[in-house]
Amino acid sequence: MVPISWYLAVAAVLFTIGAVAVFVKRNIISILLGIELMLNAVNLTLVAFSHAFGQVDGQVLVFFVMVVAAAEAAVGLAIVILLFRHRETLNVDEASLLKL
Amino acid sequence: MERVFFLIFAGVAIGAALNLLVRRNPLHGALSLLVALGALTGLYVLLGAYFIAVIQVIVYAGAIMVLFVFVIMLLNVRVEETRLDRRPYFKWLAIPFAALLVGEIGYILKEFPTNPLPSGQDVGVTATVGRELFTRYLLPFEVTSVLILIATIGAVILARRE
Repeated sequence: MVPISWYLAVAAVLFTIGAVAVFVKRNIISILLGIELMLNAVNLTLVAFSHAFGQVDGQVLVFFVMVVAAAEAAVGLAIVILLFRHRETLNVDEASLLKL
Repeated sequence: MERVFFLIFAGVAIGAALNLLVRRNPLHGALSLLVALGALTGLYVLLGAYFIAVIQVIVYAGAIMVLFVFVIMLLNVRVEETRLDRRPYFKWLAIPFAALLVGEIGYILKEFPTNPLPSGQDVGVTATVGRELFTRYLLPFEVTSVLILIATIGAVILARRE
């Protein structure tokens, strides 16, 4: 059997990589991908604890996280398209204001 | 045997995440994130969360990542410039973050040292999750449908050409 701490360690490493991607990337789509990676690391933590305690609540929470991630991707990518149409760039340094 | 599968899936997930980090082209990043999501699906199956594993493939890999790839191809983005970090103080922020991560891993290795996962429970099957979702979590479930509706309307309004 695999101990639960291994799953938690993998989730921590994935979350860190996602956070580093959010910090160092300049492209806004890469930043959104890093956010998705962080959400997935949290999902893995929730499922691991759900299995360890024999409760289903963590998996219901994962369902909600996925719904929110879908909504975030839809709105975020729409904003990215709008930004690119007005500014012709995806660099976050050149587009730090949402104002047109 | 389970340990072997765990190591394979965890290694693929971390490797794909690192690939996401080092690639300049966001399309390569999206595809390696797709690989990481697939490896995480394997971990969910190992944890007995079958419903979550299927939802992961359908919603995340099937819908969200396809949306990302579509947008990347639509915008026809150029490769990111080689110079990544223009803010040098972020380098010094990395040291406390790394210390935090090492401390977290040490804590969980100490707290759950030889805690074997219980097996043979049907926590992760669709019937259990669905029953919980439509009884105790009915109100949040309905609120998520409103959230999805609002997000759809917002995306349509934002992306509409004036």
